[in-house]
Amino acid sequence: MDFNDTKEEADFREEVKTWLKENASKGEKVGGRYDAIDVQEDALSRARDWQAKKAEAGYAAITWPEEFGGLGGTAIQSVIYSQEEAKYNVPTGFFEIGLGMCIPTMMAWATKEQNERFVKPALYGEEVWCQLFSEPSAGSDVAGVRTKAEKDGDDWIINGQKVWTSGAHFSDFGIIVVRTDPNVAKHKGLSFFFLDMKSEGIEVKPIRQLSGGANFNEVFFTDVRVPDSQRLGDVGQGWKVALTTLMNERLAIGVPKSADYSSLTRAAKEVDLNDQPAIKNDLVRSKIADWYIQAEGLKYTKMRTLTALSKGETPGPESSIGKIVSAPKMQDLASFAMDLQGAAGIINDSEIALLHSIFQSQWLSAAGYRIAGGTDEILRNIVAERVLGLPQDVRVDKAVPFNELPSGR
Amino acid sequence: MNFDFSEDQKMLKEQVSKFLSDNCSLDVARDILESDKTYSEEVWRGLVDLGLTGTAIPEEYGGLGLGALELCVVAEELGRAAAPVPFSSSVYLGTEAIVKYGTDSQKEKWLPKLAVGELISTFALPETNSEPTEKNIKTTFSNGKINGRKIPVADGSCSDIAIVVVKNTDNDHIALTIVDLTSEYVKRNQISTLDPSRDHAEIIFENSDAELMDTGDEGWGAIENILNSAAVLMAFEQIGGAEASLNMAKDYALDRYAFGRQIGSYQAIKHKLADMYVKIELARSNSYYGAMMLNDGGADLKIAAAASRVAATDAYNFAAQESIQTHGGIGFTWEADTQFFYRRSQVLGLALGSSITWKNKLVNQLEEKNIS
Ligand SMILES: Cc1cc2nc3c(=O)[nH]c(=O)nc-3n(C[C@H](O)[C@H](O)[C@H](O)COP(=O)(O)OP(=O)(O)OC[C@H]3O[C@@H](n4cnc5c(N)ncnc54)[C@H](O)[C@@H]3O)c2cc1C
Repeated sequence: MDFNDTKEEADFREEVKTWLKENASKGEKVGGRYDAIDVQEDALSRARDWQAKKAEAGYAAITWPEEFGGLGGTAIQSVIYSQEEAKYNVPTGFFEIGLGMCIPTMMAWATKEQNERFVKPALYGEEVWCQLFSEPSAGSDVAGVRTKAEKDGDDWIINGQKVWTSGAHFSDFGIIVVRTDPNVAKHKGLSFFFLDMKSEGIEVKPIRQLSGGANFNEVFFTDVRVPDSQRLGDVGQGWKVALTTLMNERLAIGVPKSADYSSLTRAAKEVDLNDQPAIKNDLVRSKIADWYIQAEGLKYTKMRTLTALSKGETPGPESSIGKIVSAPKMQDLASFAMDLQGAAGIINDSEIALLHSIFQSQWLSAAGYRIAGGTDEILRNIVAERVLGLPQDVRVDKAVPFNELPSGR
Repeated sequence: MNFDFSEDQKMLKEQVSKFLSDNCSLDVARDILESDKTYSEEVWRGLVDLGLTGTAIPEEYGGLGLGALELCVVAEELGRAAAPVPFSSSVYLGTEAIVKYGTDSQKEKWLPKLAVGELISTFALPETNSEPTEKNIKTTFSNGKINGRKIPVADGSCSDIAIVVVKNTDNDHIALTIVDLTSEYVKRNQISTLDPSRDHAEIIFENSDAELMDTGDEGWGAIENILNSAAVLMAFEQIGGAEASLNMAKDYALDRYAFGRQIGSYQAIKHKLADMYVKIELARSNSYYGAMMLNDGGADLKIAAAASRVAATDAYNFAAQESIQTHGGIGFTWEADTQFFYRRSQVLGLALGSSITWKNKLVNQLEEKNIS
């Protein structure tokens, strides 16, 4: 067992290192995907510049085929690039959804001409994409969307509302699941489109998050006209297309680098409990150990996955545990770190609070990570059903026409 | 990146797994649980015939001269079968202690016999209801004799020799000795424990002959060193047991109906099983790193061993207890096989010291590495 690169991997790493050294800016980091307080234009334009540079060098989409502007490289190369890039302060947080979910869905379902038109501008950061799936009454149960599309000549007319759409306020295009037939069962009456976010009739209203930022939005559709040529998959086949996106989401989601056992250890050395450093307290030590094994467990699980990729094998199902462990850890660890500080734990003024209030901010945003991209509960269902082979939950909505299903709030 | 066991190691695992599924069903554990026998001689003989007792003994002493990784895969399968054999005592602890700290003549004298299973060894450390420490070891060594009492000693009644942790009264240092347990100056009483499918004893030494081992000036550090290696190996045994518990629970959840549906279709059960899976994978990944450090003699062994042990103990305790819960009333019966894992999880989880102790060791390492 070893963590060594193969000869080819080592060569690639060297190449990447050299390129980053010459090109990566050491400028200030731009806010993350969900937490940006207000997305400033200059942050976006800095991110665009960096993205364009990366794309030019072929590093923006290492695993994509060359015809789409990728490098035609391996998953392991992509990981090597990310490992090296993480050592720099480069902007992130604007293109992940587009490049991680929307464009891969396009590549699988759109026409050659459409891909020629859209893939490259997305890759170069010229056009930003968002994912218009969730609705007020359809989140976990995303096949329950009510936003409808009705045929009108060669166009479709969309009416309804999406919600929690990250980045809609600075996006140029979006992918959307809509209901085209409410008279058939839930999954059967859906269709899938991509659309121009600047279309007439689309209204984007940012929603302020609990953590203070406003990075997700309500998106209202009033008689929005979309040409039939922007339909992906057949009419009624929308769920199948949506699954392409959701499969990619499961690869893309995770939680950002956050305060972990090391920050907690540091905090426990700095604050006192019963007149001695909190790190001397056995309860504190026990908690640190618990989060250490979770963090290290995830790190080495990733190594196992990479090993499979490196050998050209399909990784085992163990990679599905990532967000189930990391999102609650983010929240629990932050909460415990605040508990260590007693009454002062409530202070989130970064000038005053311990370690510049990292725990307080993390605690606020963690609540969102346990929901975004699949809730804790849904992810456990996925492990139970897909990994362990347990039965699906009993479903009362399968054989019933959508418009006869009961609905609550 | 090559963070996996080799094809040869996986083949060895298959081979052990096949042997155990043919020869060591849970009825074998039940036989030991319900009888006066201290271990399954048939299964032990089979393991010896496969050469497994000599896995990590150097070839010059009659072993196979393989590394720690081979022992890890064997350990996992023994755990899965809840095998009632003194393998952990004799191989991870007794034999490893001699390989590490035996003098040349001690190695020549003992290792070949341990390799071919002619002798069984164990490791005798705890003495009281408190966790053993450098300060509370009261068994003494002086002039080639030891005096004191060790309890509990795993496989203490069925072992032929023990590596006994003592205080050397000549210099007041902690030392290791090899003691022939069959001597008339050694008294052994089998004791009742949570897991009668494994033998445990109280051992009283009264001027018993003892051979001093060569721990240089490591003192208590030698004990820590032996425990760290054993912790990684035992973690694999725990993972095997945890996975067996999960599989039993899963099979039952698919077969059992309540309120007109499989109980495995209720989320309270699904999520419980998903949680078992998550804990097992976390333990497995930590233990892979432990195995790598053990095999390479890596600098991170201390922290990796502690992490392997803490994670594996957590996974096994949880899986074993929640497997019973998943079975409902039948899981609580003497007839059901769930009990073997419930019992064994506690015995393995405490054998090398508690989670509290190992968590402390883990954080000591973090402090030493000054990670923050
Ligand atoms: C920060 C953030 C960013 C987001 N970005 C996007 C985006 O860009 N695009 C987009 O389309 N969506 C986005 N979402 C929406 C997200 O996908 C949904 O919020 C999520 O899937 C949960 O759906 P919901 O909010 O409707 O909650 P619900 O589905 O109503 O869930 C409420 C509770 O019920 C539980 N529950 C629901 N169904 C089950 C079940 N079958 N079994 C057990 N428990 C269940 C849930 O686990 C949860 O605890 C974002 C959300 C957040 C928080």
